[in-house]
Amino acid sequence: MRTPIAYFLIVSAMLFSIGTVGVLVRKNALIIFMSVELQLNAVNLALVAFSRMHDSLNGQVLAFFSMVVAAAEVVVGLAIIVNVFRRRQSTSVDDAAVLRG
Amino acid sequence: MPLDNVVFWVFAPISVGSALAMLFQRNAVHAALFLIINFFTIAVFFLVLGAPFLFAVQIIVYAGAIMVLFLFVIMLLGVDGNESLIDRLKGQRPVAILLGTGLVLELFFAIRAGIGFSATAPADFDAAVNKGGNAAALSRVLFRQYFFPFEATSVLLIVAAIAVIVLASRQRRAITRAEQAAEERSARTPRTEPA
Repeated sequence: MRTPIAYFLIVSAMLFSIGTVGVLVRKNALIIFMSVELQLNAVNLALVAFSRMHDSLNGQVLAFFSMVVAAAEVVVGLAIIVNVFRRRQSTSVDDAAVLRG
Repeated sequence: MPLDNVVFWVFAPISVGSALAMLFQRNAVHAALFLIINFFTIAVFFLVLGAPFLFAVQIIVYAGAIMVLFLFVIMLLGVDGNESLIDRLKGQRPVAILLGTGLVLELFFAIRAGIGFSATAPADFDAAVNKGGNAAALSRVLFRQYFFPFEATSVLLIVAAIAVIVLASRQRRAITRAEQAAEERSARTPRTEPA
């Protein structure tokens, strides 16, 4: 493989930062959640790249675990968003500014 | 130009571009579709980096299951594209964009300081590590070294499934204390009907 590993890490860093800006800027809870997924994927990419660099599979196993955790997290998070929408008829995070139902 | 270089330079702009498109997209469905493109490009990177099993898992789990769930929820809630442009916190947007670019630069310099831009991976990954195929090699590591964490994830998945059933079931809303007090008050003072 001739592509330097750093290139993959730079792509990963850019995706992570785009995800961070998405979480900070967007108002729709669903899109914020998608940005979190983007961040998780960026970190997975970095893990696999490091795994390749160090000639070991530990990074790939960790990426696999983070995928499993992300799947569980998405399911619970979306259920919470649906519940909030039922209560407030909106998915904007500005409308859910108070904790009490 | 070696093949993996070509693949990288074709898919890296698509990856970053689709992520940016997701960020700027007003419509939630379009944002989800751009995110699916991004997940596919990341899957291709996994393939180039010698992780064909994760390539398959990425497409099946992320682009398949998770994004279908996202689209299902978007369509269930019927979210329209109107997102208010008014910031609750003053100047949140510019500060967020500034911090994002700062984060990119910081990571860029961290990567340069950490491993440098010319370090390439060892060439014999498939022969040395992926012996007998990536899936077999990965399962050897997973079920020998990481067996307990693997079992822990199965517990996690069951807990998540139960949590979703609890969250999604339409139970009768518990009466809050304020509502209870209001009810008692109205019971104590009978409505005075105009005679």
